[in-house]
Amino acid sequence: MSARGLILALALLASPVLAQDYAEVSLPDARAEAQAVALMDSIRCVVCQGQPISGSNADLAGDMRRLIRERIAAGESPEQVRSFLIGRYGDWVSFKPEVKPITAPLWLVPLLALLGGGALVARRLQRRKA
Amino acid sequence: MIAEAGLAALWLAAAMALFQLLAGVLALRGQKALESAIAPAAVVQSVFVTVAFGCLVAVFARSDMSVMLVASSSNPAMPMLYKIAGAWGNHEGSMLLWVTILGLAGTTIALFERKLRADTKLATLAAQAAIALGFYAFLLIASNPFARLTFAVEPQGLNPLLQDPGLAFHPPTLYAGYVGMSAAFSFAVGALVTRNVSAEFARAMRPWILGAWIFLTVGITAGSYWAYYTLGWGGWWFWDPVENASLMPWLAATALLHSVTVLATRDGLRAWTIMLSVLAFSMSMVGTFLVRSGILTSVHSFAVDPTRGIFILALLGIYIGGALALFALRISTVTEGNRFDMVSREASLVINNLLLSVILVVVLAGTLYPLALEASTGSKISVGAPYFNATAGPLALILMVVLVIGPLLRWRRDDPRQLLDRVAVPVFAGAAALLLVALLGGKIGVLPLLGLVAATLVGAASLAPLWKRNLKRTPLFTYGMVIAHLGCAVSMAGMASDSAFTKENMVSMQAGETQAIGPFSVTLLGVRERPGPNFQSLDAVLSVRKGEGTPWEMIPQLHQFADQGMTTNQAAIKTLWNGQLYLVVGENTDGSHFLMRMWWKPFVTLIWLGGIMIAFGGGLSLIGRVRRDWWNNQWPWEWTRETAKEAAP
Amino acid sequence: MNRKLLLWLPFGLCALLFVVFFAGLKHPDDHVIASQMVGKPLPEFTAGPAMPGQPGTASSDFKDGKPRLLNIFASWCVPCVQEIPMLIRLKAAGAEIDSIAVHDTTADLTKFLSQNGNPYTRIGLDEGGKAQIAFGSAGVPETFVVDGKGTILYQHIGVVTEEDMPKLLAMLEQAK
Repeated sequence: MSARGLILALALLASPVLAQDYAEVSLPDARAEAQAVALMDSIRCVVCQGQPISGSNADLAGDMRRLIRERIAAGESPEQVRSFLIGRYGDWVSFKPEVKPITAPLWLVPLLALLGGGALVARRLQRRKA
Repeated sequence: MIAEAGLAALWLAAAMALFQLLAGVLALRGQKALESAIAPAAVVQSVFVTVAFGCLVAVFARSDMSVMLVASSSNPAMPMLYKIAGAWGNHEGSMLLWVTILGLAGTTIALFERKLRADTKLATLAAQAAIALGFYAFLLIASNPFARLTFAVEPQGLNPLLQDPGLAFHPPTLYAGYVGMSAAFSFAVGALVTRNVSAEFARAMRPWILGAWIFLTVGITAGSYWAYYTLGWGGWWFWDPVENASLMPWLAATALLHSVTVLATRDGLRAWTIMLSVLAFSMSMVGTFLVRSGILTSVHSFAVDPTRGIFILALLGIYIGGALALFALRISTVTEGNRFDMVSREASLVINNLLLSVILVVVLAGTLYPLALEASTGSKISVGAPYFNATAGPLALILMVVLVIGPLLRWRRDDPRQLLDRVAVPVFAGAAALLLVALLGGKIGVLPLLGLVAATLVGAASLAPLWKRNLKRTPLFTYGMVIAHLGCAVSMAGMASDSAFTKENMVSMQAGETQAIGPFSVTLLGVRERPGPNFQSLDAVLSVRKGEGTPWEMIPQLHQFADQGMTTNQAAIKTLWNGQLYLVVGENTDGSHFLMRMWWKPFVTLIWLGGIMIAFGGGLSLIGRVRRDWWNNQWPWEWTRETAKEAAP
Repeated sequence: MNRKLLLWLPFGLCALLFVVFFAGLKHPDDHVIASQMVGKPLPEFTAGPAMPGQPGTASSDFKDGKPRLLNIFASWCVPCVQEIPMLIRLKAAGAEIDSIAVHDTTADLTKFLSQNGNPYTRIGLDEGGKAQIAFGSAGVPETFVVDGKGTILYQHIGVVTEEDMPKLLAMLEQAK
């Protein structure tokens, strides 16, 4: 065992909780925890399906929370973890739709409504002025 | 026997609705003799349906296990409140509640609507009967709540998540809002049929819209708070399809509320107001369809079979499709309303309507596109908070800016330079807030920062219409507007504060251990087990203190329901003047350690306080309008000019 | 713009909505989240031995040229009980079945396997759901067909029934 490993093992033994289970426990680093929670809020629970994993009591959701916290603590960016999960479960697992041709209507339809509605309003207002 | 009586009453109500519809159609075609029979028919129909609903509540209260619905969704061991509320905690019962409110809405129109032209009122009541008839058919054919047990079912009991006082309150108010929108719909159909789209018509319709909108606001606010305290994860809005289904009618109704004011005061936006009336109820129907067809995945969904989905879809097609076809055919005969200037109250209301409509489109697209995509290509995507926050968020912020300016503008035409004087104070307040948050708030996101600024801006601006006015002579509905707009600012401040400043700490604790959350320290004194009426509870006794202050006790609980094999969290929530401390106990991990989730949410309560203020403001407006019409008995035309004068700052 | 057309626009949008809803009802949500790992090499994973005297499961085991089934199950999973007889028959037909047990303990598994039978060559205990997530598995039971080079060929979601057996066997045969 390397010296570093030994220190880590001793630190683990000394801490009141032997092994933190990050499924339910915050990361010690507040910034990393905030990133992890933000990501959990946007990952859909594959068991209960209606909720994000940050608000689900399912075991698998807990596993995903653990995975997210551990990966972020290890230095991965939230988007890297998200794409890892998408690589496993597909786009469905992310509440944040990827920007790609098949999701275009999500942005185009509101934009069209804004432009179309705006044009109608503008035309009427200008006509009033004359 | 009670169940059979209920079923009979339901059939009679349906028969009455059929009569009301036929008599209405014939009366409009010249059968004058039938005219006087229509209002009584509406009253009798509502009596029958209320009796039917009363029977359902009775069989639930008595735990009559020979009724299928009771056997499958109730439990004699539950407390009485949940037994009664359980009557609408399921598909059939909630549908019966739906039509009961529909019937009561019809009666209210029949008895209390005095301003509407007689023929328009007949057509309105006939339209109301047509809607009711469809839903009676749906209940009697596809969702009979009174069916007797023909085979043994496994008693399920009520879903533990629903065993909450929230169930007694949230669905009835929300349904009153949903169904109240049917009044606006029927008014619009009545106006189209009798070619009566006018300022007078708008003034008659306005109180009904206000009433339904108040219920919707209260229902959504209550639902949000219920979800917040019952789910145990500190969230108050999830952009769940069913939440969206309640938000969409609210957005349409809010737009309608503002456009009907333009129609009532300035006789403008005729076609658009009619359109919105149809739209608001369409969104209610879409919501009903989404919840009951099982088409979407949601925590709210009832277990339903697709034939019911087809049935509701058919009703949706008939009513909405029919109304929109009528709109397309008839609206061109409605002459264009009054014209208005670019810088005027009307113009700001038009922009308000545009933004609300686009937000509605965003919510609709985000909710339905995954469905359309899966049905057409099979690919599955999810659309949730990140999408809605990024799209609806900025639009809502722009709407807040319009909300700053709009109420300060005069009707008809205003001078832009004078406007600058009037917005000076709010803009100054907003700038001060920006500075304050930037200096003290630490590093927060752009959207929450802008939200806080907009909230301050709107808060200051919403009071401006009262500036330099004789407060005693200010009409009640102006106060209503001020309070409702202030409520928007308050609610937005709460949302922004929650997302900017919330502190979260999830820990594993053993007795005697102390953990910090925000400015508080939380000590686990001990854990005890205790039996509840139909569950087993694990109570964590915590001692909480702020700094060196006096400690207080908080007891989050974990309830285990053996019937359903489900566990629910009962969060312990401490409300302080500046926010809420939210504690949840989780599982025992190794015999001595318990998982604990802790949140400190500064000013989160403002979210719901704002919602209540919005509804209260609506209530004041409603009282103000109705009292004015009834007691003064003035002709609408007279008080319009006065209103226009008074409403200007 | 043609005003008439504009007035029929809401009706058109409503009709569109109607079509979407109708299509949605015709293709109701199956609530199945398929793994994206099908067609890809097995993810790296190690699931330590769950049962004394029986090896655990790891990705390195799957590159010996022999196609096999990888069953994801749990002793607490009710439908998994129905599946075991089918797996036993698959084994009798020559299939090699490795497995990963999720959220489980050796004690519970011992009871489960002694009651229902043990069709597995290897049983790995999945710590913290790592292997399950690596496979893109959304629940139990699920069965993956893996070829001799360690590529995932197919994912069967839910209980393996009588009707599914010929297909699974044929896939194993083809993969040889």
